[in-house]
Amino acid sequence: MTSLTDAEVTTRLPAPPPHRKKRLSPRVRTIAVFSYLMLIALAMIYIYPFLVAVSSSFKTDADATANPLQLIPEVWSLAAYNRLFTDVPLPLWTFNTAFITVIVTCGRVFFDSLAGYALSRLQFRGRTVIFAVFIGVMSVPGVVLLIPRFLILQQLGLYDTYGGMIIPLLTSAAGIFIMKQFFDSIPVSVEEAARIDGASIFRTYRTIVLPMARPALITLFILSFQGSWNEFGHFIVSRQSADLNTLTTGVASLVSGQLGSGNQYPLQLAAATLMTIPVAIIFFIFQKRIMNNTGGAEKG
Amino acid sequence: MATMARSRRGGIRRGETRYGWLFTAPSIVIIGVFLILPIALAAWVSVSNWNGLGSPLGGRAQFIGAENYASVLTDPGLAQKDFGTSIRNNLYYVLLVVPLQTALALFLAVQMNRAILRGRGFFRTAFYFPSVTSSIAITTVFIFLFTASGTINSILAWLGINGPNWFADPSGVIHNLLAGVGVTSPPPVLDVIGPLGITWWEWLSGPSVAMCALITLAVFTTSGTFMLLFLAALQNIGAEIDEAALMDGAGAFRKFFSVTLPMLKPTLFTVLTLGLIGTWQVFDQIYLTGGGAPGKTLLTPAYLAYQTSFKDLQWGQGAAIAFILFAIIVALTLLQRWILRDRDAKVRTPKPARAARVTAAVSEGDVR
Repeated sequence: MTSLTDAEVTTRLPAPPPHRKKRLSPRVRTIAVFSYLMLIALAMIYIYPFLVAVSSSFKTDADATANPLQLIPEVWSLAAYNRLFTDVPLPLWTFNTAFITVIVTCGRVFFDSLAGYALSRLQFRGRTVIFAVFIGVMSVPGVVLLIPRFLILQQLGLYDTYGGMIIPLLTSAAGIFIMKQFFDSIPVSVEEAARIDGASIFRTYRTIVLPMARPALITLFILSFQGSWNEFGHFIVSRQSADLNTLTTGVASLVSGQLGSGNQYPLQLAAATLMTIPVAIIFFIFQKRIMNNTGGAEKG
Repeated sequence: MATMARSRRGGIRRGETRYGWLFTAPSIVIIGVFLILPIALAAWVSVSNWNGLGSPLGGRAQFIGAENYASVLTDPGLAQKDFGTSIRNNLYYVLLVVPLQTALALFLAVQMNRAILRGRGFFRTAFYFPSVTSSIAITTVFIFLFTASGTINSILAWLGINGPNWFADPSGVIHNLLAGVGVTSPPPVLDVIGPLGITWWEWLSGPSVAMCALITLAVFTTSGTFMLLFLAALQNIGAEIDEAALMDGAGAFRKFFSVTLPMLKPTLFTVLTLGLIGTWQVFDQIYLTGGGAPGKTLLTPAYLAYQTSFKDLQWGQGAAIAFILFAIIVALTLLQRWILRDRDAKVRTPKPARAARVTAAVSEGDVR
């Protein structure tokens, strides 16, 4: 059935472009205009919350409460940002988040690509079992792991340490899976040639495979960066001391009112704005890749 | 290349066992120690009376059988009532979020896929950006938008509507509708205890007004991701089939429902599954909005498990709730798979692999 449709389609293919132009009747044009307007309205709804957040972060507490719709502050105020760097240990939270994100991202890119490569290319006993376990593990929902993770960290004496916050995140079954899929999709011949020339497995991996895997590694980098920068649940159960607060747990403590009460919306929104900037930068740099990739890792 | 692959035992395959294990070892150790072992430990805790002091493997924790499970599932009491309430809350959340996010994502994707759309990049960015921000940041923004005199209520005031005090309003939407027609107290039939220790009247409350704000938030943050999944699928279908359908005389609606939608079935399945898995895991948003406040109508099983363990120090009970939640998610996923199964099952063998791939991409990016 598919082949038939294909055949039909190919015979018709040359025609479309001129056809299309001719069919733009007034009715079609009205529909187009209407759907544009609707899309613009929807896009406004999607963007508006961010605009409100940024503009309110520059307002005074009273102004933010009194004029929640107004996008231009009555009086521009940096009070919220000032407080973030004086009353609130935002620099410390940022350091912790950045430190953890860098290590976790490097770890994931390295360990996931190693394991993905082995599972895709190397023939060894136990390979299928390992892969099956990884796939099974991938389906365990994150929130179910909160209590178990705390229990093991406490047993190992890693609770409330950087180690406990970082090590469990250093690899991910999902990342391994993405890398394996990628290696499955690229031809093996170049590596085989290198191996025949006498290069060791690790050397082949480092000099031939990794450079070829660049697109997949970038995908993995983006996902890991975003995942660890935004991680919250794990940092709630793996630490308790304020010194180990990350941006997510720190801002959460601001919002859930553990740091003084009263209206502090500009302060909270300023923190939310600042913590979004790094992921936003990564997003805009790799925009094309991110949006083409979520549908399937095969394009790399 | 094929011949190469066939000569597996040949000289260049030497050392692969050693390297295979070496390359996978770090991941095996980390996943084993921080994922599989903890689950085993939590399974033990869920059938023990460990109170958080000392080690759960030490002498103080004793085996108490299924008692923790019974206290949330069958034994009348506060624990059961809280669990029942959390299930009710999350059920309404799932029932509203999953269809809404799927429909909106599909709608956006179809719009994005139009041949003559200009500014596609801008629209795609606008719709997808909420998905990459952290749940903490975006929830903070939403709490501000939904305050009593906040942005949302100001907009409603324009329209002449007196908006509720969203995050402080525990009243159920269905209860409110019934109150509108004069039913303010439960009819006797519904005033009896139903499943999990809460009355049928409470089961039928509908999501609370506060929960509606969180539902909006979830639809807002997830529709972009799912839009991209649908968009990728639509682009695979390609314009040719659309053209063919149009030439055969199908109208736009007819074409969508009888040509496009059936071809999107695998993606639809993926999106519904991911939605179902994700919506049963609401935690961050509950943490930020006050741990279930107002009136416990935002309590979810995921948060209740955390609260029971970390705040009330009922570790066994908390672990038991986590495992029940796990079971719910697995059961619903299997049920959905069965309902949406392909009747002509012999085609499409690679589908599970595809689904797993998308799950991987999405779960790695921590999509809510």
